[in-house]
Amino acid sequence: MNLLDKAKTYNMQLGLTFIALLILVLFMVTAPGTFLKPRIYISFLSTTPFIGIAGLGLTLVLVSGEIDLSFTAVMAFAGFVFAATMGFTGSIILGILAGLAAGSVVGMLNGLLVTLIGIPSIVVTLGMQFLIRGATNIIAAGRATTLTEIAGTPLYNLLVGEINGIIPAQAIWFLVLAIAIWLLLFRHRFGDHILFSGDNPETAKMMGVSVTKTKILVFVVFGLLGAFAGILDSFRLRTWWPTMGEGYLMTTMAAVFVGGTSMFGGEGTIYGTFLGAFLIGSLEAGIVAAGLSGFWTRFIYGILIIIAVTVHTLLRRRS
Amino acid sequence: MKNIHKHFGGVIALRGVDFTVGDNEVIGLIGDNGAGKSTLQKVLSGLYPPTKGEIYIRGKKIHPRNYSVKKAHKLGIETVFQEKALGEKQALWRNVFLGRQPVGKLGFLDVDKAKSETDRIMKEFLGFTGAGISPESMVSTLSGGERQGVAIGRAMYFEADLIILDEPTNALSVKEIGKVLDFIREIKNRGKSCVYISHTIAHIYEVSDRFVILDKGRVVDRRDKGELSEEELIDELTHHAAQSESGVNE
Repeated sequence: MNLLDKAKTYNMQLGLTFIALLILVLFMVTAPGTFLKPRIYISFLSTTPFIGIAGLGLTLVLVSGEIDLSFTAVMAFAGFVFAATMGFTGSIILGILAGLAAGSVVGMLNGLLVTLIGIPSIVVTLGMQFLIRGATNIIAAGRATTLTEIAGTPLYNLLVGEINGIIPAQAIWFLVLAIAIWLLLFRHRFGDHILFSGDNPETAKMMGVSVTKTKILVFVVFGLLGAFAGILDSFRLRTWWPTMGEGYLMTTMAAVFVGGTSMFGGEGTIYGTFLGAFLIGSLEAGIVAAGLSGFWTRFIYGILIIIAVTVHTLLRRRS
Repeated sequence: MKNIHKHFGGVIALRGVDFTVGDNEVIGLIGDNGAGKSTLQKVLSGLYPPTKGEIYIRGKKIHPRNYSVKKAHKLGIETVFQEKALGEKQALWRNVFLGRQPVGKLGFLDVDKAKSETDRIMKEFLGFTGAGISPESMVSTLSGGERQGVAIGRAMYFEADLIILDEPTNALSVKEIGKVLDFIREIKNRGKSCVYISHTIAHIYEVSDRFVILDKGRVVDRRDKGELSEEELIDELTHHAAQSESGVNE
């Protein structure tokens, strides 16, 4: 590998790892009572995967040259379809399948509107976010559904149980999905098509790749991932809330951009999103534990995002 | 291609063009801006279906509706667009195999094979030796001439019999242009054919065997290289350009 390319690829990842470690050390120094004990880390492993799984899907969409803002509503919608189907049929598996199907249908709708009608994805998915959230609330009449009966079932343990009584299963799911999405993006033919669709759609077309099909599929994959995150969150809370996912839009985007994925398509980093999710996911707890008021959280998010994105952009330009 | 017409709504880009490419020859397709060169090129490469006309490849008639970029690739016709040939943010090996990736089970890429074959293409077809370029180099780190080379090498690797080049020397330095012209000679050396589209006569004259001159969507002249000098070719082109200008004014 050319030295310059090597430097470019690894600089970003090393830089991000360094920032993450630095923040960790900062937390350990300012709040040793919290950050030198394992409890806080287990709490991160329990809550971060929801941002993270959505972040993986968002990374794919950004690499393909599009954006999707509807995933928080997809989480709620899929969670509702899961809860309703389960209530109706008494089958957890049917509930999960119905929830995943609901997510992929929304993804496909997004993809069709973006590619075939030609509406910019930021507009389509913004509209879709309101539409889906609104529709879900209308059908659910704004009421939450309790799912206490799922606690302790084998699927509950598999999805959100604690491995060895310590590690939350959703963290393992996040890790497995991150590896799977990395393989899909960088080692699979479909990923090759995603990269080129976002980089230079004309090239992709000239080489016989269907950019339309690729993008629709990417939106479907994100629909599936968003749905999975929603179902997982319903499992964890043992309740479906109509507001599910509402706080996740900005934090997920922050995780992906801090991770180093570009807004301009054609390139992205799964490792960056993985680390970015934990960075963003741990910041709030860390700031509060360090004795600062919650008001500081947003301020520090802002600093982190602007510094990280500036560094990524400069690194990209230099090469 | 016989009697090719192409209309875009009310605009007529090609009005009855006959165009033939023989075995192992380099054809210079010349014409002023708006003469129909790039439309003809897009019809040739399968991107635009002609409004009217017939396409024959190796004597076999191809229905225009069945003709596409993929079909053209299958029949050994590859087009190299300067701006659109490569994805800048991707590694060379991804660019070389885009659309034709070596895959194993379940569609996973055979990355080792793609990289080693890319290395071979660069060394054998293009004479890139060391010099800081490897299959993992990003296209954005390559010079304009090198990028053309990669796209031409890719076409040669996939056994294209006819390679169409659209303005391959635009915006290149003199040294880089020399490289691209060498790549075109290499196409001929390997027994393949090439359609070289440009309005830079000096470069076209150097490497072409035959010239086809387009003007206002028609072929206005065909010449062999032996028949005229570079100056005469330029004179002829200027003459047609001047005529079409006065034609516009009428």
